[in-house]
Amino acid sequence: MVHRPVFRNRLLPYLLVLPQVAISVIFFFWPAAASLRYAVMRASPFGDRLFYVGLANFERLFTSAQYHRSLVTTLVFSLGVTVLGMLIALGLAVLANQKIRGLPAYRTALLWPYGIAPVVAGIIWLFLAHPAYGVLTYYLRAATGLSFNWLVDGRIALGLVIVASVWARLGYNIAFFLAGLQQIPQTLLEAATVDGASALQRFWHVTRPLLSPITLFLLVTNTTFSLFETFGVIDAITRGGPGGATETLVYKAYKDGFIALDVGSSGAQSVVLMVLAIILTALQFRFGERRVTY
Amino acid sequence: MSVFPRAATRPMIQPRAARARLKQRLGRLAAHLLLLVSIGIIAFPVYYVFVLSTQSMEEVVVRPTILRPSTHLVANYITAWSQAGMGRKLLNSLVVAITVAVGKIVISLLSAFAIVYFRFALRKVVFWLIFITLMLPVEVRIVATYQVVSDLGWLNSYVGLTVPLMASATATFLFRQFLQTVPGELAEAAQLDGAGPMRFLWSILLPLSWTNIAALFVVLFVYGWNQYLWPLMITHTEEMQVAVIGIKQLVNPELPQWNITMAAAMMTLLPPVLVILVMQRWFVKGLIESEK
Repeated sequence: MVHRPVFRNRLLPYLLVLPQVAISVIFFFWPAAASLRYAVMRASPFGDRLFYVGLANFERLFTSAQYHRSLVTTLVFSLGVTVLGMLIALGLAVLANQKIRGLPAYRTALLWPYGIAPVVAGIIWLFLAHPAYGVLTYYLRAATGLSFNWLVDGRIALGLVIVASVWARLGYNIAFFLAGLQQIPQTLLEAATVDGASALQRFWHVTRPLLSPITLFLLVTNTTFSLFETFGVIDAITRGGPGGATETLVYKAYKDGFIALDVGSSGAQSVVLMVLAIILTALQFRFGERRVTY
Repeated sequence: MSVFPRAATRPMIQPRAARARLKQRLGRLAAHLLLLVSIGIIAFPVYYVFVLSTQSMEEVVVRPTILRPSTHLVANYITAWSQAGMGRKLLNSLVVAITVAVGKIVISLLSAFAIVYFRFALRKVVFWLIFITLMLPVEVRIVATYQVVSDLGWLNSYVGLTVPLMASATATFLFRQFLQTVPGELAEAAQLDGAGPMRFLWSILLPLSWTNIAALFVVLFVYGWNQYLWPLMITHTEEMQVAVIGIKQLVNPELPQWNITMAAAMMTLLPPVLVILVMQRWFVKGLIESEK
């Protein structure tokens, strides 16, 4: 570590970190601890008292068919959002990284959708694909004869929330892939061209391996996004329906905690989500450029 | 490398080079076309939202779909602004987005400054404490965080909407990383000149940090503006709602007024998109450096 002059002051550093630490303790650590506590409690029949039930909430959760279903839904949803979103973004980033005219304009045109809130994206796709008024459903029905009614067909509903989430996330993924592509030395690609490598071979043997750090990083952040930040998309389009077909883990934790007021089960679900979030954050730092060396 | 064979077959190279150039030109044309088509597909939903926001309800539901803007733009936007109360909600979003962005930046810069420029006993503890907040997004502690804010009496208020979102490990790490690249001589010189730490922060470090601050501001503004779950939980009156909640409530399956809803959607998505477009350079920097 580089030598760095320091200021001498006993109290000042504590004052400087106080706001950050206070907010972290009050709104992050305290609620996280409370979630852990709720996870081993259950509300009395009238909801006025909490009593200790040990690991019963977890037992109930892990044996519940609904929770298993939500796990499978989340898995399909996350895989869909992550893989589809990254493949499309990679293709577009590679296209936009060539030596062609008007590149800045293309890049801008690819990046701006990042500003659209997931819930607004959800509302837009809700209308585009609405069974009664949607323009997409109208033309798809005319073209294929199928009804694409996601209000009754769970698989179509899941497909729709995946598409809407991928769309909402595209700008982010393109920004990172473009940044990664720009770090690849042009001389390497030129050398490969001179050696007679085709565009596909150049991509596979030069670009792909050099892009793998950012791909791993994006794999983690997109999984995080699909797990935690797609709440708005799902809430706007399907509200977890039809019949729970799009109820991801976060949506279920919200529904059980806020609408069904099942504090114990929601607490146990929060703990499961926390474990997932911790694993993903650790991976993000493992694959990101910034090391958490202190 | 294949320098020698190429030199040896010099006369052969002319037609081959011409063919290669043609191939390259065709390749570029294909890239342009593919990019244009993809951008068209990506932008179509928003273009269609805009079109709908200019139509009457009859035009919205008629089939085949009308894909041209119509003449009801002003009327629809006025209805959305006043009747649906989007004016007030957009103002709330603006207050929340700016407060969260500025708050996060100030708090993070202060703690990064403390961690880099002071040696204090709990420095390690503070660092890890900030780091761990990354692992606890609001989605995983929904009910318990609501309970805390409710106990504080902060439900349905600007404080409740903003303060709990203000701790930021990513912004702190970004500033910490930046401060570590500032030459140590600057602090030494400041100390020789008798400047205290706060004076040094204000007059030397702050002016040096503007690019980072601008980059973070864009990303955090978009983050604050687009918050949905948190405001959904803690606000319950019309006048405290933010725009993304307001537009969600305009979606009424029984009485669809899609043209008004889409006018509200345009109003809600334009501010963050404009901020990104105007500050694009800082946006990309902020996005990539604060996440990685």
